[in-house]
Amino acid sequence: MSAATTERTPAVALNPLQRLGLWWDGVVDRYNALPKLSRLLLVILFVLFCYALPLLRPPIITTNAIDFGGVMFSVAAFALVALGLNIVIGYAGLLDLGYVGFYAVGAYTTGVLTTYHWHWPFFLALPLAIAVTMVTGVILGAPTLRVRGDYLAIVTLGFGEIIRICVNNVQWLGASAGIKDIPHPNTIGKKPVPPFDPGGMFAIPHLKWNGWVPSLDKVHETHFLVFGAVDAIPYYWLLLTAMILVLLGDRLVKASRVGRAWEATREDEDAAELMGVPTFKYKLMAFALGAAIGGLSGSFYASSQGGYISPDSFPLLLSMLFVAAVIVGGSGNRWGAMAGGTLVAYLPERFRAFADYRLLVFGLALTVLAVWRPEGLLPPRRTRRAKLVEAQIDELEGEGVVDE
Amino acid sequence: MSETGAQTGGPLTKVLEVDDVTIRFGGLTALDSVSFDIREGEILGLIGPNGAGKTTCFNVMTGVYQATSGQVLFDGKPLTKLARHKITQLGIARTFQNIRLFRSMTVLENVMVGADAHSKVGFWDALLRTPRHRHTESESTTRAKELLKIVGISARHDELAANLSYGDQRRLEIARAMATGPKLLCLDEPAAGFNPAEKLKLMELIRRVRDEGYTVLLIEHDMRLVMGVTDRIVVLEFGRKIAEGTPAEIRDNPAVIAAYLGVDEEDAS
Repeated sequence: MSAATTERTPAVALNPLQRLGLWWDGVVDRYNALPKLSRLLLVILFVLFCYALPLLRPPIITTNAIDFGGVMFSVAAFALVALGLNIVIGYAGLLDLGYVGFYAVGAYTTGVLTTYHWHWPFFLALPLAIAVTMVTGVILGAPTLRVRGDYLAIVTLGFGEIIRICVNNVQWLGASAGIKDIPHPNTIGKKPVPPFDPGGMFAIPHLKWNGWVPSLDKVHETHFLVFGAVDAIPYYWLLLTAMILVLLGDRLVKASRVGRAWEATREDEDAAELMGVPTFKYKLMAFALGAAIGGLSGSFYASSQGGYISPDSFPLLLSMLFVAAVIVGGSGNRWGAMAGGTLVAYLPERFRAFADYRLLVFGLALTVLAVWRPEGLLPPRRTRRAKLVEAQIDELEGEGVVDE
Repeated sequence: MSETGAQTGGPLTKVLEVDDVTIRFGGLTALDSVSFDIREGEILGLIGPNGAGKTTCFNVMTGVYQATSGQVLFDGKPLTKLARHKITQLGIARTFQNIRLFRSMTVLENVMVGADAHSKVGFWDALLRTPRHRHTESESTTRAKELLKIVGISARHDELAANLSYGDQRRLEIARAMATGPKLLCLDEPAAGFNPAEKLKLMELIRRVRDEGYTVLLIEHDMRLVMGVTDRIVVLEFGRKIAEGTPAEIRDNPAVIAAYLGVDEEDAS
């Protein structure tokens, strides 16, 4: 173990963010060194912890100013979106600045299908929303993916806005008033009968912390599995489940011919093409998959607690935040992207007290990151390795110059 | 060495036929009615001074450029209007004069991208881990490792392509191109930037590649390398073919000497 650590410690002065990267590498190494059974056990424990997090309300992490369950829901939604956008930006290298458009398409499809037009149940509308978003991705991608790099960024930026402006002007979609009273997913278990019967199969108490001493909070309980306006935690669970499924799929697809084709296209599109990769097809696939995941997330958003969407819910700024999440976290690494999504959604809520300075702090944080760790917090392991080698070479060359 | 294989009489299978190809970029004629063919199992050298149109010629064959007139026939079928990846799938692979690897992928992955050229595995195969996926994956891994062994960098298969030395990057390019399972392997100045010892090793490698059953087209500046390794040579100058023949014939061709060797001999020695 110590040998491995010394081997990796470079002769270069590291800034804190790079140390974080090394530390994370160490964690991953130790995890990989474990026997299969312990790894499985650790994963299960971690997943359980994630599910339980809004119930545990651990001190420091929890938000007191606003509902922690709600915050966790938006954190999960952001992480899921970042996961989808990571396929587009991180794997295939397509800078999509209009991702919020897909989020909106997913949300509106769900809204339209479940409310006044059709009254479908949520779980029936969800797959159709994903499909519609995917088709939208193909329709937008087919003409635009022929342009590259900066041009693609501009074109997608335009599409993100076009979708919002279209919705704003279509009466059938509620125009600027949006769609309200979008039904929640069907409750599993007994239907709640307000005001006295909370419904559900059983109730799970939350934890309450007095300093570091936990105790059961019998007043606040989450009823399993009631989707209503009161409690955001069941939505969080639903979203987390979807996220885990997407994560598994992402893993399988990335470690295959498809993932390699994406990466090759990102690295050098012409060379990839001449090595027999039908790059257009794979770019379109990445675009459509990313769109589908954005649609999935948007669909959950539409039918969540508030049950209300309007064009204002999908501003361009949201697109920028999505891209920021992927870049901050480490484009190309699914864990990095999710970490980025988590941070971008969570930090502003946690530090609501400094609400006036939120954007300032966010800007500063981005600047610090750009200077210290332009490749993101948790970039793909290989990028980290390459960067470290580069830094060491720079250092050696620097010494050489000094000697002369 | 130059007398091995194909050109010893009899009907020869033409792998590729460049038929009266002309390319104009605006007013500039980069290739002017060039015709030649490449026969199965041979190493053909394509030489000429700088700006003679070698790389342009290469780019027509691999579909990067479209010919203004004339056509390129591969296995008797015209390549015109075929998508570039389709041309690769038909069996033409190439390396690049200025190395173009997938730098942040590992060495093995680089070769596997090439090996994927004929793979039928799609999204659903990957997601559901179908037998086809597993079968293809293990097959291309084995194949990629074999190729790395042939070019001599199998020890570094887990390294990032960007971290390889210059020479090894050139070797990796050759392995990646071979992985696409080509009938014709085009090497665009593979010896650029090599020292004499490395060039010697490269010559060995090229012969070895041919012995593996590939037909090789070699674009090269270094005359000694070209003379030493090729079976036949085509000489271009200012977009025109000025000579074609065995290395010995080319060496004695006055037009070639005037155009090329006379100038180049000095810095080659």
